[in-house]
Amino acid sequence: MMNALYEYLVRLGDDSLIIGHRLSEWCGHGPILEEDIAMTNLSLDFIGQATSLLKYAGEVEGKGRTEDDLAYLRYDREYKNALLVEQPNGDFGMTMMRQFLFDAYRRLLFERLLNSTDDTLRAIAAKSLKETKYHLKHSSEWVIRLGDGTSESNKRIQESLDTLWRYTSELFYSDEVDVELIATGKIPSMDGLEQEWKELVGVVLEEATLKIPTNNWKHEGGRKGMHSEHLGYILAELQYMQRAYPGLEW
Amino acid sequence: MVTEKEIWQYLEEVFDPEVPVLTVVDLGVVQKVELNDGGCKVTITPTYSGCPAMKRIEDDIIEKLTEKGIEKTEVELVLSPAWTTDWITESGKKKLKEYGIAPPEDEVDKSVLFADPTVVPCPKCDSRNTRLISQFGSTACKAHYQCNDCLEPFDYFKCLR
Repeated sequence: MMNALYEYLVRLGDDSLIIGHRLSEWCGHGPILEEDIAMTNLSLDFIGQATSLLKYAGEVEGKGRTEDDLAYLRYDREYKNALLVEQPNGDFGMTMMRQFLFDAYRRLLFERLLNSTDDTLRAIAAKSLKETKYHLKHSSEWVIRLGDGTSESNKRIQESLDTLWRYTSELFYSDEVDVELIATGKIPSMDGLEQEWKELVGVVLEEATLKIPTNNWKHEGGRKGMHSEHLGYILAELQYMQRAYPGLEW
Repeated sequence: MVTEKEIWQYLEEVFDPEVPVLTVVDLGVVQKVELNDGGCKVTITPTYSGCPAMKRIEDDIIEKLTEKGIEKTEVELVLSPAWTTDWITESGKKKLKEYGIAPPEDEVDKSVLFADPTVVPCPKCDSRNTRLISQFGSTACKAHYQCNDCLEPFDYFKCLR
């Protein structure tokens, strides 16, 4: 039988872990020192959130797996993050656009999860929400600065938006996992979440003089473990040490 | 027999590894102290989800209480209620300023995207003519500012609510 709460926690945890890993790739490569530090700070928050979520997922599953087991010893098909978070960093504008689209979703999602009837999930949401507000403020400001900047910065971040937009709908898809958790009250209704997100994102994109793509073709699959080719490379790096030296600790 | 009050006093001797002028009590990360058979249980909460100092704080608490003769110390980490900078004590805020870190200001909610930036007075010269350099500083809990008058670059312990 499917363990809906486990599945749900793994989705949230994998989103945090993979975007945290992507941000960590900027360490030492930021366009300016302050942003290098900012992105690694963000990364730390996300990896911290992933730790809480995957630790709880392991407890809910009840097979004795720890957060480290889940992060280091699952294969790509068992990873349930959305496709958006595994997309390559690209240039700094691409990273900030990916972050902005994700942060806006995360903020609205965590606000709703404050009404979860599950004590631990609610506690993680409350903790993470405070951090997410900072993240969204940071990414929104960059989207505006680059969008409403020079013709070159505008052109490039518009291209980033055009590339990433097709991965956003997946964040709001609902399947049997969500249905079961909503029915049992573990998570509240997510009705209207996508619309709320579009409004929040729309305000910033308008300020940034960017145009929302009209192409409605959408990518999906991450929640079912069907990923883009990028995830395998991420896991190869993320899991290398534990695969090469099983059980290594320091 | 050791009392709860004494344990709180001992915890005043455990310092935050990243902001070493603050004790774990000043910082507000100690939630609860309970006595039990031959020992005690200390409940702590992280400042940020990914705070890398938590393990160190846990070890330091155990080390300090062992040194004070408490045989068995258990440290439990809880996420709820979520930590806020409102829990930093008044003496903690004073120590921060003396150390050169601007203490948290009363800020508007972060969910307001286009609010005016918070005015953070310079911890060295008290000028209010300062500017934000980066929202993320040397640790997750700090932002980076510079004073336009005395030119001092400084950390700001950002408000988290």
